[in-house]
Amino acid sequence: MTSGNLDLAPNLTGADDVYEALVDLTDGLDETASLRAQARLILILINHLNDRETVLQAIRVARRPASDRHG
Amino acid sequence: MINARGFKVFRQFEPSPVPFPDGREHTTVAIVGAGPVGLAMALDLGRRGHPVVVLSRLDFVAQASKAICFSKRTLDIFDRLGIGDAIMAKGLTWEVGKIFWRDASDPVYRYDTRPLKDQKRPGFVNIQQYYIEEFLVEALAELPNVELRWGHKVEAVTPMNDGVDLHVTAASGTYDLRAEWVIACDGSRSTMRRELGLDFDGRVFQDNFLIADIRMKHEMPMERWFWFDPPFNPGQSALMHKQPDDVWRLDFQLGWNVDRDAAILPENVEPYVRAMLGDDVEFEREWYSVYTFQCRRMDRFVHGRTIFAGDAAHLVSPFGARGCNGGFADVDNLGWKLDCVIRGVAGEALLESYNVEATAAAEENHIHSTRSSDFLTPKSTASRALRDAVLELARDHEFARPMVNSGRPSTAIVFDSPLSTPDAEEWTDGVRPGSVVVDAPLGDGWLLESIGEEFTLLSRGWRGKAPVGLRVVEVDDRDRLAIERLGLEEGAAYLVRPDQYVAARWKSACDADVEAALHRALAA
Repeated sequence: MTSGNLDLAPNLTGADDVYEALVDLTDGLDETASLRAQARLILILINHLNDRETVLQAIRVARRPASDRHG
Repeated sequence: MINARGFKVFRQFEPSPVPFPDGREHTTVAIVGAGPVGLAMALDLGRRGHPVVVLSRLDFVAQASKAICFSKRTLDIFDRLGIGDAIMAKGLTWEVGKIFWRDASDPVYRYDTRPLKDQKRPGFVNIQQYYIEEFLVEALAELPNVELRWGHKVEAVTPMNDGVDLHVTAASGTYDLRAEWVIACDGSRSTMRRELGLDFDGRVFQDNFLIADIRMKHEMPMERWFWFDPPFNPGQSALMHKQPDDVWRLDFQLGWNVDRDAAILPENVEPYVRAMLGDDVEFEREWYSVYTFQCRRMDRFVHGRTIFAGDAAHLVSPFGARGCNGGFADVDNLGWKLDCVIRGVAGEALLESYNVEATAAAEENHIHSTRSSDFLTPKSTASRALRDAVLELARDHEFARPMVNSGRPSTAIVFDSPLSTPDAEEWTDGVRPGSVVVDAPLGDGWLLESIGEEFTLLSRGWRGKAPVGLRVVEVDDRDRLAIERLGLEEGAAYLVRPDQYVAARWKSACDADVEAALHRALAA
C-alpha cells in the first residue's frame, strides 16, 4: 500500500464560487467534451501537486467515497 | 518468389535429408524453430562449442512483414554474437520518435530512444526480420557443430529425466532425436507447448491493425512517426517507418469490427496509402496484412529439460518493439546459463534463474504493452476523454507530453535476480546489480565490447586476487566516461555476468567477497 499526504479536511473558502466555476467549465459542452475538459483539469492539478503518492491516495478515495466505505 | 503454399519467399532451402532414417540419434541441444530467436539461440550455444541441431518445420525464410525495429540492447547482443557490424551496415539507424495529433504538422511529443550518447550502438536499427535471419543462417554455416535442418517437423515430444525424445518427420522419412536439452523457439503457436499440454494465458485486445509494407522513393528524416487521429485515418492511429531497400512500414489502426480478409485486398489498402501520402504517390505492394494482438505468456518457461524462449513463451503487442527484442533478451539470458550447466560449471538450479528473470522481463513487457494499448485503444468513453485530454494538453504544455504513449521503446530490463549480490555499501550512482552495464568509450573501443562472453571483473585499481578463470578488465583513469557512468572510484570493482548484467559491485572488496558473489551468480 502506498502512503501519501492527502488532506481531506475542509480547506476551501468560497466553496460555492469554486463549485460554480467547476460547473461553468463544462457549460454548453456535450458529454464527450465535458469529460475531456474535466480530464484536462485533473491532469493539470495532478501535475501541480507534484506528489505521486498523494495522487494515488486520492484516486483510491475517489474510487470509493467514505460514505460507502463499509458498504 | 512465391512458393507452392503461397508464401512470398526471401530464401528457399533444400529440404534437409533425414540423418539416420527410422533410426535414433542423440544431440546435446535441440532447438525447435528457426525464426530469429531459434537461430540466435543456436548461434549463442554453437559459439560456445556445443553440438546443436535446429529443427525448422519450414524450409524457407518468408519475405513477410514481421519485426523491423531492433533495439540497442539487441544490437549489443548481436555484437557479442559476431553479427553486429553486418546488421549495422544493412540497417537504418534511428533514435528520435515523433508523435503527431490530428492535422498539426508539429509533433505533440518528441522522444529520444537513447538519450545517453557516447555508446557504441544507437537506440534502434530498422531492418527486415528476413535479413536478420539471413545473417544468422550465414554465421551458423561457419559452425561445424551446429546443424540446421529445414523441413523437419516435431510430431511428438516425450520428456525424460535426463533429456527429451523428439519424434521428427521430414519429406524423406521419420526419426527419433534424443536431446539432452530442448529449447522451444517455435513461436506463438508453439508445437512444443501444445504437445506438452502447457498453458499460455493472457489477454486478447479487440482491435485490428493494417500493415502495408510498400516500396517507394520518399524523403523523410530517419525517425519513427506516429499519428493519433490524423485526417487520413480519422479517429484511429497510424505509423510510418522506413526500412532498408526503400521499403516503408505503414500501419493503420482499423478498429474491431472489420472484415479482415477484405482489409488486405489491394483495392482496399491503396486508399489508406493515398490518403496518407497523396493521390499521386507511386508505390509497389511489398506485403499487406492485418494483425490483432495479444498479451499472453506461459506461467513458467523452464519445464524439466524443455526450455521456452521468444514468442513460444510470451507474446506482446508490437508497440515498443518488445516482441522480437524480448526474444533476443531470452537468448542472451539463457545462453551462458545453459552453457555453464552443460559444462558442469553450474547445477540445474542456474536455469531456474532464467525462469525467474525471463518471466519478470515478460511481465514488464506486458505491463508496458497493456498501457500502450490502453492509450491507443481506449476501452471506454471516459478513458478516451482522458487520452484526448493528454493529447490536447501535450500540444501546449510540456508536463503532459510524457503521458503520450504510442509504445514505450524496448530497452534492457532490470530485474531483482537471485543471482545478484545486494550492495553492501552506499551507492548513489553507477549501475545497480540486476541491470545491464551501461556502455561508454573504453580505450580505443567500448566498455561492452571488453566484457566478452565470460564472467568479467571490471576493476579500477582493485588490488585483490581474482578467482581462477575470472577475466579482469582494468578501467583506465583516462576512461573518464566509463568511470563516471559506473561510479567507479579508485579500488572499486564490478562483477559482470556473461550477458553483461551486473552481478555485484564493491567500492572495496576482499577476495572472499568476489568469490562469494561469483558463486551466487552461478546459483551455486
